[in-house]
Amino acid sequence: MFVFTSEDENKIEKIVKKYPVKRSALLPLLTLVQRREGYISSEAMQAIGEKLDLSPGYVQSVMSFYTMYHTEPTGKYIILFCHNISCQLNGADNLFAYTGKKLGVSGGGTTKDNKFTLHKEECLAACCGAPMMRINDTFYEKLTKEKIDQVLDSLP
Amino acid sequence: MTQILFKNIDTKGLTAIDVYEKQGGYQSLKKAFDKKPEEIIEIVKASGLRGRGGAGFPAGLKWSFLAKDVFPRYLACNADESEPGTCKDRELLEKNPHLLIEGIIVTCYACRIETGYIYYRGEFQHASDLMDKAIEEAYARGFLGKNIMGSGLDLDLYTHLGAGAYICGEESALLNSLEGRRGEPRLKPPFPAVEGLYGKPTVINNVETLCVVPWIINEGAEKHAALGTEKSKGTKLVSVSGHVKKPGNYEIVMGTPTSELIFNMAGGIRDDNKLKAFIPGGSSANILPADKVDVPYDYEAIAEAGSMLGSGALIVMDHTVNIVEAALRMSYFYMHESCGKCTPCREGTRWMYQILSDIQGKKGSHKQIEKLEDICDNMSFKCFCALGDAAVAPVASSIMNFRSDYEELIKKVEGDAVTA
Repeated sequence: MFVFTSEDENKIEKIVKKYPVKRSALLPLLTLVQRREGYISSEAMQAIGEKLDLSPGYVQSVMSFYTMYHTEPTGKYIILFCHNISCQLNGADNLFAYTGKKLGVSGGGTTKDNKFTLHKEECLAACCGAPMMRINDTFYEKLTKEKIDQVLDSLP
Repeated sequence: MTQILFKNIDTKGLTAIDVYEKQGGYQSLKKAFDKKPEEIIEIVKASGLRGRGGAGFPAGLKWSFLAKDVFPRYLACNADESEPGTCKDRELLEKNPHLLIEGIIVTCYACRIETGYIYYRGEFQHASDLMDKAIEEAYARGFLGKNIMGSGLDLDLYTHLGAGAYICGEESALLNSLEGRRGEPRLKPPFPAVEGLYGKPTVINNVETLCVVPWIINEGAEKHAALGTEKSKGTKLVSVSGHVKKPGNYEIVMGTPTSELIFNMAGGIRDDNKLKAFIPGGSSANILPADKVDVPYDYEAIAEAGSMLGSGALIVMDHTVNIVEAALRMSYFYMHESCGKCTPCREGTRWMYQILSDIQGKKGSHKQIEKLEDICDNMSFKCFCALGDAAVAPVASSIMNFRSDYEELIKKVEGDAVTA
């Protein structure tokens, strides 16, 4: 069973006020839920729909369009590893393989201890710092094996 | 060299309104409010400012297309920066959010807009949080809200985050996304200036474009028009990435030779390797061979050289690169990001990726190169939005300019077959 907390309710009220049409708050609400829960369950989808007078089917249809929403639980840290052109030219493929091997999730996926979810990602607008990865909200640029070790080992 | 956008960019604490004002920030507001909104549009027209997001459409002209006497109107600032190779808007957003706010206020005054949204790609949470703080500061100083500085302008400004979709950088897809819909592009016309957000007249501009506006108001249209070439005015932020010694965002006056950017500003090719190819304007622009490297970096000259300035993302490749592999990676990107609405793009991107995979995997044939060319022909100009054309660029231009890279991989296959 999914319920909004009173803190959520306050935030939602502010978000909805930003727009002349309630539906515009859909992406912000999905993001709000995902940032707390780590993913968006079908109960959460329903609850969001009810808040915005949208059917669960509509919510799901919009949600499925965007790659950042997860319908399954993910690791505590989501590693988005850029493999697009500027990062590729700077050795991203090898570093992605290295990271996958280090975490025991070659090719990407969630580690057994649910600490990390590793994903290959498209360009994240840090091309001048290639190769790069984003972990939750933080960008890590000019990666080397040593830097990856240092970053991943330091995360609690 | 004149710097419009990066002049103070590395000033410590610039994200704070006090520091920004000390650097001369928000001074264009009074100057703008002393004029009539229509005059501001004329000034921006006269300045020659063109959209910095990719299309290069004259900004003032775009504003003058707003449907007459239809209100409310909206502004949507495109901060979706997703074109592979491009990272200049992020630098502006993270280091100087108040500059964008200032540009937005002047633009909204000129276009009689009372509500603005800054649409960030979902991964820009940090930049968006910084902007929320900056917006709060601007409200507290009376630069946003009711009757700004007694000008009669009421303006509310909000941030809005997407959630991972390249296509939302396309203006009509951005509007759909902002309305809480799937980020699919709309059929045009009607153009957003007539029916945009919530069906109302809407101005959509890129971050960099709006950030130039305060300078034009402060320094005058003539000074801006005096910079650059006949049709490409002012400066441009260029993200130089790939095989250069000093990758980074550089601000140049339009018309500066591309070679100057690569060999001087960005320090030349890594390990002093040989330049093989470069993409002047992001992965949606044609790949050019090294002998074009002296092309002046402006809209017209790059178009004449067979590519486009696009978003200002200069991707540099040295002689170690197999162009087929590079085209394959970019083609994967377009397959991944096609929204699936138009058949030529949805099917074409996947088909191209499969053929390129075959060729790269040494399972290709000469016939497949022809097939790729055929698919490119059948995708160009046949989709709602520019993604279909963008997907064609790396494939068609790599075949045109680096056919030998393809043939090399195919020769190996056919050679193997003969020996077998």
